[in-house]
Amino acid sequence: MVHFDQELALLRNTLLTMASHAESSVKQAIRSLETRDYDLALLVRSEDSVIDRFEVELDEMAIQLLAKAPLASDLRLIAVTMKISQNLERVGDESAKIANRSRDLSQEPPLRLTAEIPRLADLALAMLKNALDSFVARDPAAARALIPQDKQVDALNKEIHRQLADQMIASPDTITRCLNLMVVAKSLERIADHAKNVAEEVVFLCEAEDIRHTGQGAGQPLPGRQPP
Amino acid sequence: MTSGATEPPKLTVPPAKPSNQGAADAGRDTLEPAISARDLSIFFGTHQVLKRVSIDIPARAVTAIIGPSGCGKSTFLRALNRMHELVPTARMEGQIRLFGEDIYARDIEPVVVRRRVGMVFQKSNPFPTMSIADNVTVGLRLNGMARGSMLSEHMEKALIMAALWDEVKDRLNAPATSLSGGQQQRLCIARALAVRPEVLLMDEPASALDPLATARIEDLILELKRDYTIVIVTHNMQQAARISDQTAFFYLGDLIEFGSTSKIFTSPSKRQTEDYVTGRFG
Repeated sequence: MVHFDQELALLRNTLLTMASHAESSVKQAIRSLETRDYDLALLVRSEDSVIDRFEVELDEMAIQLLAKAPLASDLRLIAVTMKISQNLERVGDESAKIANRSRDLSQEPPLRLTAEIPRLADLALAMLKNALDSFVARDPAAARALIPQDKQVDALNKEIHRQLADQMIASPDTITRCLNLMVVAKSLERIADHAKNVAEEVVFLCEAEDIRHTGQGAGQPLPGRQPP
Repeated sequence: MTSGATEPPKLTVPPAKPSNQGAADAGRDTLEPAISARDLSIFFGTHQVLKRVSIDIPARAVTAIIGPSGCGKSTFLRALNRMHELVPTARMEGQIRLFGEDIYARDIEPVVVRRRVGMVFQKSNPFPTMSIADNVTVGLRLNGMARGSMLSEHMEKALIMAALWDEVKDRLNAPATSLSGGQQQRLCIARALAVRPEVLLMDEPASALDPLATARIEDLILELKRDYTIVIVTHNMQQAARISDQTAFFYLGDLIEFGSTSKIFTSPSKRQTEDYVTGRFG
């Protein structure tokens, strides 16, 4: 099992490296927005391909490991790694979107950012960091604890959209910039969604319990399927 | 034997249904356990091999028995048809019921139990001096269960059930040893099925076979579970995952964990099971 354990450790470490790139890309995208840093925005966009390559590499490693027919917690780790890496790849995509809007906004006259966007960014980043920390520590309690924060993020995103809509009505010359900020807020909200997904995978990894979609309608059999 | 050649032997337990579809379809409720063991302990001399094992094995399902060498899984399997009694120093405590009937009751003949609970071994063991056809019908003839055209009919049905008929129908009189290893194992399964058992015990039936022959045996097991209760001992975790509905993990004579195969192989409850199925045991 020594070799297999080493391969599992390599898989996990590669995922953590990818996670640090994804987290860093979100931070840089937000900083480029806050500091109107055109070059930093371009850097974030270019680094998205690095995160994409990690996803491909992790999938290849996982397939190789699955061919060795792992079971129990090993099987869950590999399956969860594939799902987390997919979420991190999408986090990278959202960072690139923020960077695109940040680049455009940096070429326009400054528009005072609504107070809620930095708060939304802080919340989304904290959720992502905590989700990844819970994976590192294999801490399902911490993972479960952050999941409800997604609702807070959703509410804040709605509030930002409402404020920006008001701003567009009041000052039509800011419409383009407001639309860019709406995209930024939506991307931050999506990053929080991915953080929540990661947390749910951590719970599955540690407790073998699938807590996804456990709200309304959960437990109903699929059409044409017998209940489990 | 007190009955005529075409009559089933006089039984001290209810006979298998005289049907060519296998006795297991004799109105059995699929929710009824086929086998219930309670506080089963097996000793060889002073050595206790099984320690108060209690388990309900569901009917018409495949139950896999896993565990490291020496854990008692083969002994447990043999206890299910009293084959362990062939060891002179063997002694058992507890109870095993087959569809509610105590197979160790004083008036139950082991030979009858073994007809109702067939066994397929790790190494195929066809009778080398017999033809393919005779290998299948030997149990029927010895038990006086059929003769003449009925014998041929039973033989064909057993070979069809064992997914061997198409490969041997044109050479039924050829020696059994002319078959490949995988075919010989399916012949042994046909031989076991011919006497219409209710339960089929398999002790690592594919461990000596190549992947293709193994796949055929696994497909066959999945087909047979529609009519039979199957208990299989295997060292191959992936095989257990592929074909079984329930899995029992034994260690040092104890039944450590028993549950659905998907649960045992994705999220076992016991640390020992987790360590064993992930290969980190000991």
